[in-house]
Amino acid sequence: MAPGTRTKLLVLGALGLVLLLVPLLLPSAFHLRVAALVWINAVAALGLALLMGLAGQVSLGHAGFMGIGAYATALGPKHLGLDPLLSMGAGILLAGALAFLVGRPILRLKGHYLAVATLGLGILVHLVLVSEVPTTGGPDGIQVPRLELFGIRLVGPELWYWITGITLLLAAWLALNLEDSSTGRALRALHDSEIAASVVGVDVARAKLVVFVIAAVYAALAGGLFALFNRFVTPDVAGFLRSIELVTMVVIGGMGSILGAVVGAALLTVLPQALTLFHDYEHAVLGLSIILFMVFLRQGIVPGLAALVTRRRPA
Amino acid sequence: MVELVQLLFAGLTTGAVYALVALGFTLIFQASEVVNFAQGEFVMLGGMVTVFAMKAGLPLPLAALLAVLVAVATGLLLHRLAIEPAKGATVVTLIIVTIGASILIRGLAQIVFDKQFHALPAFTGDEPIRLLGAAILPQSLWVLGGAAAIVLGLWLFMERTLLGKAVRATAANRLAAELVGIDTRVVLALAFAVSAAIGAVGGILVTPITLTSYAVGTLLALKGFAAAMLGGIGNPVGAVVGGLLLGLLESFAAGWISSTYKDGVAFLVILLVLFALPQGLLGRRAVERV
Repeated sequence: MAPGTRTKLLVLGALGLVLLLVPLLLPSAFHLRVAALVWINAVAALGLALLMGLAGQVSLGHAGFMGIGAYATALGPKHLGLDPLLSMGAGILLAGALAFLVGRPILRLKGHYLAVATLGLGILVHLVLVSEVPTTGGPDGIQVPRLELFGIRLVGPELWYWITGITLLLAAWLALNLEDSSTGRALRALHDSEIAASVVGVDVARAKLVVFVIAAVYAALAGGLFALFNRFVTPDVAGFLRSIELVTMVVIGGMGSILGAVVGAALLTVLPQALTLFHDYEHAVLGLSIILFMVFLRQGIVPGLAALVTRRRPA
Repeated sequence: MVELVQLLFAGLTTGAVYALVALGFTLIFQASEVVNFAQGEFVMLGGMVTVFAMKAGLPLPLAALLAVLVAVATGLLLHRLAIEPAKGATVVTLIIVTIGASILIRGLAQIVFDKQFHALPAFTGDEPIRLLGAAILPQSLWVLGGAAAIVLGLWLFMERTLLGKAVRATAANRLAAELVGIDTRVVLALAFAVSAAIGAVGGILVTPITLTSYAVGTLLALKGFAAAMLGGIGNPVGAVVGGLLLGLLESFAAGWISSTYKDGVAFLVILLVLFALPQGLLGRRAVERV
């Protein structure tokens, strides 16, 4: 389904409303910090949702791009004396360029072969971040300088809540527009059948490459925001578990749904925070929740709920 | 020459374990098209249960048997409680279910056992065997021999028994298998049980060399998956070849290039192989039907 102008406004309106309501209902600094993390993860999940939901391609190494964005933001100021914001921009470009370079050969692969290739890509990025200790600080991580804009220090959970929230809103707007564009239609077509799509004149390889680069850029943007917000990054940001979390966000929320990616990001960001109450049982409960969600709501939360609502409505 | 033999044996030993994990992947994939990322946890269970059973006073053979039984029970539960209810879900959803299962099993292992590293005594002593000047641990021979025995046993089972033929029939065409009276649910459960047993035996054999902890499963699952894909998924011969090749690559990369990047070399080679041969080394070309 291509989102019409009405759906677009509805999705953006819903997001904007949540963005306004959260600080009113949960004004504590802790809650705002968690919410900012949700918006950051949602940006990365959005990009992956375009790749997985729209184009039907899987990436099990997407956190690698997040790591590139995060570490560029951290390393630029430290080693080259660059402005953090400029470094973040460079990181996003770098991630996009890497995606562009490896995209064509990787996206020729199908199904599980695509999964293992993207997995390998993510692991390689993670390995470099862990191993190049003199440059990256290794497994212990690295500090990120404070962001200053026009001589004003950007600090405080409230400010970062709005920076990340508005970025998410912009990212969602762009994603909705992409779905509605000719590239979006081409991607939906090749999702159903690549051969059929190429028969009607879709440049399949190019369309897949475009969405892969966009997904990488979104992930790197999220990584950069995370570095600036958290002011500390470790190689975990690019790790395999991070990649799996991102994929799970997209699938739990509902593949192919923009709102779903945000809902999935919210769930997988808030759940571990809540699970710290379980102490030692944290991982067991997390694993169990993932299984239960996937078994009982396999279309994802947003499409699942939407189906419930339309079923109740008399035809 | 000495170094070559040394690296060769180290590579074959780790490669044999990767091959066993890859074989487990292949078995479950053939029967159900599920890529089971919890495969590495069976290896972990094999090692950890044996360690703790021996601490409780059981002799090694009994402890090992118990470990295999625990892994098989886990495999059957995984199939019954997670895979079967998710039947018909997409590939990605099923992958996430098995990853959820692997997080759950690891989380439980961390509570039931502990977070420490554990070793097992070598089965037949630590005195290295001299071969062409290189020193080889007797336990390496146990791993290689055990893996070879499992591969041979599995081949005989698949080729010579009626049950094995039922597994192959289900893999070839599930609907047709059901039509000739094969209970494919039993076949699936069997695939999970046998995969779990293979993984557990691998874990028991290799723990005296590599140590074990609740968390060893993740990396093994990734390597096993990579090995299975390197060989071409769904092909048991490919799984064994892929596993051994991956072990050798890592060993020679660690010896001749850099031990920090040995994991990277393996994945780099996989990327390059897939760029050239998108179906893996021994995989069949998939044809898309329109």
